[in-house]
Amino acid sequence: MFRRLPDAGEATLPFTIDGAPAMGRQGDSVAAALLAAGHPVFRQSAVTGSDRGPYCMMGVCFDCLVEIDGVGNRQGCMTLLRAGMAIRPQPGKRLLGR
Amino acid sequence: MTLLSGTAALADHYDLAIVGAGPAGMAAATVARGHGLSVVVLDRAADAGGQVYRGILNSPLAARRSLLGANYWKGEALAREFVGSGAEVLHQASVWYLDAALRLGVSRDGQARIIAARQVILATGALERPMPIPGWELPGVMTAGAAQILLKASGLVATEGVVLVGDGPLLWLLATQYLAAGAPPAALVLTTPPARWWQAAGALPGFLASPYLAKGLSLLWRGLRRLRLVDGSRGVEIATRGDGLVVRHRGGEIAARHVLLHQGAVPEVNLASAAGCRLAWQEEGRAWAPEVDAWGATSLPGIAVAGDGAGIAGAEAAAVSGRLAARQAACALGRITPALRDAQSAADRHALRRLRRGRAFLDRLYTPDAAMLAGSPAALACRCEEIGGAALRQAVAATGAVGPNQLKAYLRCGMGPCQGRLCGLTVGEVLAAQQGRSPAAVGRYRLRPPVFPLTVAEMATMPVLSEEQSRANRP
Repeated sequence: MFRRLPDAGEATLPFTIDGAPAMGRQGDSVAAALLAAGHPVFRQSAVTGSDRGPYCMMGVCFDCLVEIDGVGNRQGCMTLLRAGMAIRPQPGKRLLGR
Repeated sequence: MTLLSGTAALADHYDLAIVGAGPAGMAAATVARGHGLSVVVLDRAADAGGQVYRGILNSPLAARRSLLGANYWKGEALAREFVGSGAEVLHQASVWYLDAALRLGVSRDGQARIIAARQVILATGALERPMPIPGWELPGVMTAGAAQILLKASGLVATEGVVLVGDGPLLWLLATQYLAAGAPPAALVLTTPPARWWQAAGALPGFLASPYLAKGLSLLWRGLRRLRLVDGSRGVEIATRGDGLVVRHRGGEIAARHVLLHQGAVPEVNLASAAGCRLAWQEEGRAWAPEVDAWGATSLPGIAVAGDGAGIAGAEAAAVSGRLAARQAACALGRITPALRDAQSAADRHALRRLRRGRAFLDRLYTPDAAMLAGSPAALACRCEEIGGAALRQAVAATGAVGPNQLKAYLRCGMGPCQGRLCGLTVGEVLAAQQGRSPAAVGRYRLRPPVFPLTVAEMATMPVLSEEQSRANRP
């Protein structure tokens, strides 16, 4: 689990993880907000379907890919969290049109 | 600086385009603006600072400065100068194309654009060296740098069952930052063979005279007293157990929730490589880097590399090399004479020599041994296409591949979205070890743009060129 240090500010941005309500902090990346909310698994891998989560947090490993507002293959670590985002784990390859 | 809201706000032409807003990019932009150049900085992150100074302008930990340490806050002055520099800055932008004509392909928010510059400085920095031990792809396993980013930008610390594995300054720094945050790691599993300390001793005089010494000693002192150190030099692996993880080493095992890996940093060279800059194998740091001269100039006229992207030397050296590259750009554009460029750079050259002293000791001490560089046969070598180390070795034996590019064709390694960033060095080391050649002779993946994934929809947003323009654009 990740813990927010006391002076790191309030988590006031509402968003959803697979439909369930959650809160993130202004300035969080999508990946940081998901980890803070206790979600270490972001997707299943494209080849064998095994669980993956963020590895580098700086945009080079592509293991934090999630679906954001209906669009797949979004890098969670490079996307700033915005209020109302609907985030879903990505099951395997991105589907055509999503 | 002027923050741009999207690719549409970019001009068609700039005197200088800088890729990356870490220490090298920020320093280069500030100096170039001082010489009157029109400057655009294209950066992938949401704010200036790069990875080392991530969150420097708006860190949630600004009220607890001692937690991140004085070296982090050195970035503050650099960032403030950058903010005041008048450079145009586009954050959250990926630069996926660069060519010898100094045209850059840029995307943000699904909108793509080609712009041109008269000079280009690549300040793309470093990434952590791949660490292919079994289980390195499991959720809960991240790099030490990833944990640092969560700390700097979001004030998040991993609690309970945190095991650090690897070695090097960044791993120790993270350990002491976690101690300061009241979240002591359960253990530090060190992969450096103990005999390394003797092998590195020859480079000790330089280290003793370098600014690294004080930093290193204070890290070791704070860490050694309060951390559980475990010898992991004879192999480490990670597995799932129950709903958590377990770290196994020769002497036993440690239950974990979070495993944070680090075995050094290597230059991020994909853009320079795809643009056609000549790269060279750096034996000391065991990685590829663009060939650069004393100003950072590459083999392609008008393209320079500043900072760790040209070889790992740290944040302070990165800022200095950014200033040098910016003066050279101003000189190439006729804004200052070579004599003025040299005179203004004398102090920076002196500082760079001082900052690079001691690097040899760190390289010799912490460059992973052969087994760690090639990774375990039981670990994934290519995380994207999920090619194991054993399959990689079988393919090398069965095909007699002459280089990494043949292995791409046989196995698809390096063909996933990370574009070889997390397997390229491993594949080169395996080939080299198995065939008794050097990684320099084996070569590296040939990279082509786009160096970051680009959707067809993004490409379709690019302005349509006239027939004449498009003919002129053909190589």
